[in-house]
Amino acid sequence: MSRDTTLVTADWAEQHLNDPGIVFVEVDEDTSAYDKGHIQGAIKLDWTKDLQDPVRRDFLDKEQFEALLSERGIGNDDTIVLYGGNNNWFAAYAYWYFKLYGHDAVKLLDGGRKKWELDSRALTDEVPSRPATTYRAQEQNPDLRAFREEVVNAIGTKNLVDVRSPDEYAGRLLAPAHLPQEQAQRGGHIPTAVNVPWSKAANDDGTFKSDEELKELYSAAGVDWSKETIAYCRIGERSSHTWFVLHELLDQPQVKNYDGSWTEYGSLVGVPVTLGDEAGVA
Amino acid sequence: MCGATEGGLSLAGVDVQSQAVIQGRVTRDDTPVYGAYVRLLDRSGEFVAEVPTSATGDFRFFAAEGDWTLRVLAPRTDVVDRPVKASVGSVAEVTVAV
Repeated sequence: MSRDTTLVTADWAEQHLNDPGIVFVEVDEDTSAYDKGHIQGAIKLDWTKDLQDPVRRDFLDKEQFEALLSERGIGNDDTIVLYGGNNNWFAAYAYWYFKLYGHDAVKLLDGGRKKWELDSRALTDEVPSRPATTYRAQEQNPDLRAFREEVVNAIGTKNLVDVRSPDEYAGRLLAPAHLPQEQAQRGGHIPTAVNVPWSKAANDDGTFKSDEELKELYSAAGVDWSKETIAYCRIGERSSHTWFVLHELLDQPQVKNYDGSWTEYGSLVGVPVTLGDEAGVA
Repeated sequence: MCGATEGGLSLAGVDVQSQAVIQGRVTRDDTPVYGAYVRLLDRSGEFVAEVPTSATGDFRFFAAEGDWTLRVLAPRTDVVDRPVKASVGSVAEVTVAV
């Protein structure tokens, strides 16, 4: 993987809006953003309604994912181009999710919805209709997703990268500052996790920094490139952005996203938590 | 402070007593700007959060006690930075002209 195969520019996107076999998909935190205007031909995936199990805290299972993509008219041979608001947080989350279920031809629009808007590129409120398909997913790829036992065992042994803001890492905030600070879990971070806020990987317009800048960023924070890495945030969407940087742009072979993230870890009974700006000890 | 807001966005359902709210409006020539991006930066200039402005040009953050910077990005304009102080139990109102 590299930037050539995993990222597309806004210019490229504009030139391929009507290509058969390419499906633009918008995924936002603010799920009403699509309805106010989206890239021509793009369909919408709602990360809460479409991509989560309606009852348990988990993803759709394989059959549910197959049913979703079939109904939305996405075929196994289609190339998916994902974009969204919040600097592509939820688009990166969907990217990781598609990879988890074995869809290889997925790309991210560099800069997402923000760059598109800041460039004053065209948006439409016309909703496309796509004929249903029969989509077949693979089993979830266990190499991409970390669960809590693995995370606890990674303390002091693997790279743990906390990608939340410094105040969330230290325990001074419990959620990103565009959300109310009312949360049940404890504040702080997983001991030995380094703090590399996802935002350091992006420019102000939401595009990714260069490979050289990215490599230096994680090296300077203490990421050991010879070790496996687990990225986490609050609910697993910002860490998908960092997973994308480490696994897709920088070609690190063993990187997992811990989608349980702080809302799970910070609620676990008996696990160690470090407060403050230092990584802490195992 | 009873949770009432001067700005356009309702705070209904939010316990403002426990929150350090920063909110306001982005304007151009006294007209609200829809779809500008407002970033909240901490004391060290590090990114904390970002929201697009609403149809009425409004934005809101739930911060913590202390000094912050608002950075506004809008199409066809230079970036505008604006310092703001937040405190728990109050609403800091900021209008940013671009």
